[in-house]
Amino acid sequence: MRAFCAIVLGMASWFCLCVDRPLMAETAGGDKPFQSLSVDERLEILAQSSLARDDEGKVTSANLRGETDLLWMCIAAFLVFAMQAGFACVEIGFTRAKNAANILMKNLLDFCVGSLLFWAIGFGLMFGKSNGLFGTSHFFFHGQTSYDWGFLIFQTVFCATAATIVSGAVAERIHFHAYLIYSAVISALTYPIFGSWVWGSAYQGTSWLGDMGFHDFAGSTVVHSIGGWAALAGALVLGPRLGKYRAGRVVPIPGHNLPLAGLGVFILWLGWFGFNPGSTLSVGGGHFAYVAVTTNLAASAGAIGALIVSWVWFKKPDPSFALNGALAGLVAITAGCDVIPASYSILTGAVAGAIVVISAVLLDRAGLDDPVGAVSVHGVCGAWGTLAVGLFAAEGGLLTAGEVHSLLVQLLGIVVAFLWSFLTSLALFLGIKYTVGLRVDRETELRGLDIAEHGLLAYPEQFVIETGPTEVVGNLGK
Amino acid sequence: MKKIEAIIRHFKLEDVKAALTKEGIQGMTVTEVRGFGRQKGHTEIYRGAEYSVDLVPKVKIEVVVPDADLDRVIDTIIQSAYTGQVGDGKIFVSDITQAVRIRTRETGDQALK
Repeated sequence: MRAFCAIVLGMASWFCLCVDRPLMAETAGGDKPFQSLSVDERLEILAQSSLARDDEGKVTSANLRGETDLLWMCIAAFLVFAMQAGFACVEIGFTRAKNAANILMKNLLDFCVGSLLFWAIGFGLMFGKSNGLFGTSHFFFHGQTSYDWGFLIFQTVFCATAATIVSGAVAERIHFHAYLIYSAVISALTYPIFGSWVWGSAYQGTSWLGDMGFHDFAGSTVVHSIGGWAALAGALVLGPRLGKYRAGRVVPIPGHNLPLAGLGVFILWLGWFGFNPGSTLSVGGGHFAYVAVTTNLAASAGAIGALIVSWVWFKKPDPSFALNGALAGLVAITAGCDVIPASYSILTGAVAGAIVVISAVLLDRAGLDDPVGAVSVHGVCGAWGTLAVGLFAAEGGLLTAGEVHSLLVQLLGIVVAFLWSFLTSLALFLGIKYTVGLRVDRETELRGLDIAEHGLLAYPEQFVIETGPTEVVGNLGK
Repeated sequence: MKKIEAIIRHFKLEDVKAALTKEGIQGMTVTEVRGFGRQKGHTEIYRGAEYSVDLVPKVKIEVVVPDADLDRVIDTIIQSAYTGQVGDGKIFVSDITQAVRIRTRETGDQALK
């Protein structure tokens, strides 16, 4: 075994040397080691074998740098896409087995519906030439350059993240068709219009909130709070699950797969390394590395903050709250991960972890049934994280620089986001309720949405004694 | 022939099974059950809400034995399943009117061997 490892290690080292040696090639400054070259000189060498040519077919480091930025943005987008898997795992883990297939479908379809509608309508509303309130061009998006396409895919996965937040809060009792309608509206209208107010000028639009100095780097408010307050509206209109509250007491409905929820949190954490550092949209300067650190510190502090609060309050450290705490820290740091000092990012995360536990329990005791804590994690902690920028940002923060203007603008953005998302979503859910129906009936909810809404079970062997069909009834649609 | 239904703790299953096979018992049926007796359930806590779980998981072993072996088998089960704590379980005995081996159609005590 040791001989095998030694051989493998030897081969790997030899391979690395072979790759590295050509890079120590002759440059304009003579034979210098790669590491001592400037970025542009290194790019010139790498460009020899790349396709980064300008209009005249000449390789330039500027093109290569631009395409490296694009590559980074795309890789970050792919990481954020992976967060969809994280959300699915968390929600399936925190809910009951009889609804697992339904939860999976909601998470799958809100991404699919969102991708299509954001391409068709949302992107234009968010980033098109703006009339001051929303964009009016770039619908059915067609990019002129590669950068356009990369920007679209990056923004699409952010939109999909906002949309999928709600599925956790409305789980186990919402009609599937109602959820499809909701995800269409949030991807096409709710998210993009508010997004344009903050980020529209990153492309072709204008952002009145952003212009006032509202700082939401990767979307604590734009993505998470918008999703969180929509979730609040949904949970309120739907009402609690059957049996959730009995004689004034909160009845726990434990999730059926805590390990899966834990896996989901790890996947989300990984994806967040695309969400936050990717929002630099550029490799240059290496600021994405700093953002990765603040992101990680806040997540860790969030889990520990939630751990401490749940341990003190309930005498036992609750794993489900620790998981929520990590997510809370991630959500909170998302607004200021580029400007908050490392030490303050720990504080931001820790406070988020504490308030996610407190708000989840208080909301539950107030009668709001949120199976996964989505409102607390995304709505409440998104607002806290946005506020934290006004408190802790290296420049302009209240506690760091003694200035209050940033804090006030952050507060304004938080309030506008709440009003916009909550009120439009409230109208939407009420509209669905009084037209095509929002909540499943009692028998459906008791039987489970898998069998009632989708005609199958996620875990057939758990609920059916026989492992195979006892009788074939027919073939639908023959 | 008598049927012995023994409800025992989960982790005692291997001990009881080994003891019974050592005594010459050729077969048994094991099911996972839930229930409670004097051993009440336990309290769990989920996200700040306490709830009690009344039904405790146990294992039920069913063996059918000739009348002559009844006391010996009951003693074997008691000795291997005993811990001394509340929740050790119970044994119920009932009469069996007939037993048949499906493969050979043997009946009675022959079917139990």
